[in-house]
Amino acid sequence: MDTSRSYLEPSSFSKKLAATIIIVYTVITLIPISWMVMTSFKNVNSAISYPPEVFFEPSLEGYVNLFTNRSRQSQEYLDSLPPPENWYEELVRSREMVITGPSKFLGRYSNSMIIGFGSTFASVFLGALAAYAFSRFRVPLKDDLLFFILSTRMFPPIAVAVPIFIMYRKLGLGDTHLGMIILYTVVNLSLAVWLLKGFMDEIPKEYEEAAMIDGYSRLQAFFKVVLPQAMTGIAATAIFCMIFSWNEYAFAVLLTQFNAQTAPPFIPTIIGEGGLDWPAIGAGTTLFLLPVMIFTIILRKHLLRGITFGAVRK
Amino acid sequence: MSQIKIANLQKSFGDFTAVKNSNLTINDKEFFVLLGPSGCGKTTTLRMIAGLELPTSGEIYLGEEEVGMLRASERDIAFVFQLFALYPHMNVKNNLSFPLKMQGYSRSEIKTRVEEAAKLLRIDHILNSSISSLSGGDRQRVALGRALVRRPKAFLMDEPLGTLDAEFRELMCLELKKLHIDIGATTVYVTHDQLEAMSLADRIAVMDGGEILQADEPAVIYNKPATKFVASFIGSPGMNFINIDQGISNEQSTLNIEGTDFNIPKQYEISKSKKNSFGIRPENLSLTNEGGLKGSVFGVEYLGSRKIVTVKTNFGEIKVKTNISTSVKINENVQVKPSNNNIIIFDGETDRSLKSEFMN
Repeated sequence: MDTSRSYLEPSSFSKKLAATIIIVYTVITLIPISWMVMTSFKNVNSAISYPPEVFFEPSLEGYVNLFTNRSRQSQEYLDSLPPPENWYEELVRSREMVITGPSKFLGRYSNSMIIGFGSTFASVFLGALAAYAFSRFRVPLKDDLLFFILSTRMFPPIAVAVPIFIMYRKLGLGDTHLGMIILYTVVNLSLAVWLLKGFMDEIPKEYEEAAMIDGYSRLQAFFKVVLPQAMTGIAATAIFCMIFSWNEYAFAVLLTQFNAQTAPPFIPTIIGEGGLDWPAIGAGTTLFLLPVMIFTIILRKHLLRGITFGAVRK
Repeated sequence: MSQIKIANLQKSFGDFTAVKNSNLTINDKEFFVLLGPSGCGKTTTLRMIAGLELPTSGEIYLGEEEVGMLRASERDIAFVFQLFALYPHMNVKNNLSFPLKMQGYSRSEIKTRVEEAAKLLRIDHILNSSISSLSGGDRQRVALGRALVRRPKAFLMDEPLGTLDAEFRELMCLELKKLHIDIGATTVYVTHDQLEAMSLADRIAVMDGGEILQADEPAVIYNKPATKFVASFIGSPGMNFINIDQGISNEQSTLNIEGTDFNIPKQYEISKSKKNSFGIRPENLSLTNEGGLKGSVFGVEYLGSRKIVTVKTNFGEIKVKTNISTSVKINENVQVKPSNNNIIIFDGETDRSLKSEFMN
């Protein structure tokens, strides 16, 4: 008899069952994502072929099309050109086209970066300060204020799209990075305050009192002693804020067009010859997925601890 | 190092008064203990001295300076917390140097001071360890070290031994006392443990309900308690009280209880209260066959060197500390009699001890 196993531990059968369920679930969730990644490496024809091709010859056409603007030229004109200087020009010419310049994708992508990380930083920073104040000080009407902050999330943010559109036009914030950072920060802030307040409540106030006795001001104590201990909460909050602002579509469509347009409204508009350029869209979406994925993997350790942090105190 | 003086200190939280009009002088280099049950205002008093709470009214002097409204960071005192509050994201060395960094000491000066404190507390071998890997006793030493490195005007300690197990507590008690003798720092120490207070303190202030009832040397607090609360709180077990429904006149030196005359110290105060009580410590009582208060044995506790016999009388349970050789059985009829004249009469109205030949 196996005596090493405690009776509280799940049996090997239920462990296997759990593993099977998780694997099946993971595969199901990964199908659309892997299809997307596969599409990004197909060429225009194999992307739309029916029945769909699961095995295909990989091509970087989608990525080239994503980053460039091209125009179709006659065979005579192409023949008159000097030989292509690099592999992607060669690829484009094989489709009887020439590169006319870089596409807008890189600009949109960096807009997404600036607005996503900017608003995440702002939400977490302001949220941490507010959460600390709510956690430590005697704020008048504290409970009402906290409820009010939460109530900003009781309707979908897009419900106030029209007033925000008008306000932004009057204030000159439409289609600006600052405007989008402010907007996403406002939406994320209530979540940040509530999440972080829970974490701040868990940190005994003796730590900052000790720091204040040691000669630090309250603000210094906050940065040197409280924030490092709230790292798990900050990481978890940052991921949630980042995911929202990175993926946000509706406001981005409504409020941005040229200067501050983010990647989500841009990617679906990539139109190739005779319809949507699916490999390019696939490539755009694949690249779009990467930053949040990397960000989450970096903070993953904190996230897992963070989610269970409030529940169990070691 | 400095004298600490509090004058008319008061602290209210809303309707609740945590500390009532307190006056206290803690001498330079003294080990002073604030003792009382939980909620008596001892920690609030300490936190006001530290600057972690601001007084509602009254003054706090640190040396010559009035510091009542200064921030904690401006007072130059050190505080040892009950839960140590060591910064978990720093190792031992960084915890110790944290207060020094703020004061702008040079790197080499910080190093010297940290090593000095570490050596004194015998934690020099764990300087690079993380806080979470330390035992309770070591955490306690690091917390003391963090207080030491700054060489502050005074040390304030809030039940610093409360979370240690009994064995460690005894050891740390000795170490604390030795440390205090070595560095001679003014120390204010808060505890609810009277044994800890008695063994550590130069002087003790007993608090209850936000008031300081008595502040004096441990022996005086024990032998000549100023109020009934002090008498019952100090000592293990506490003092016995026998209700006497009679007043006390000046020069009175006997007291008739249940028809028996008992000698009491000559009284110098008059009390007309009918709720006075006769107080005597268990070790000043003995069991006898005649001439005492009648009762029956209710319980016997064996303490190794002594026995505590609980006798049920018409005046409630009376505890008697007896020799180990005394053998009594449960329900046996015995009589309880004072074995000396260390008797205190407490006034029924004020709970204050009356002046007498003994309580002078």
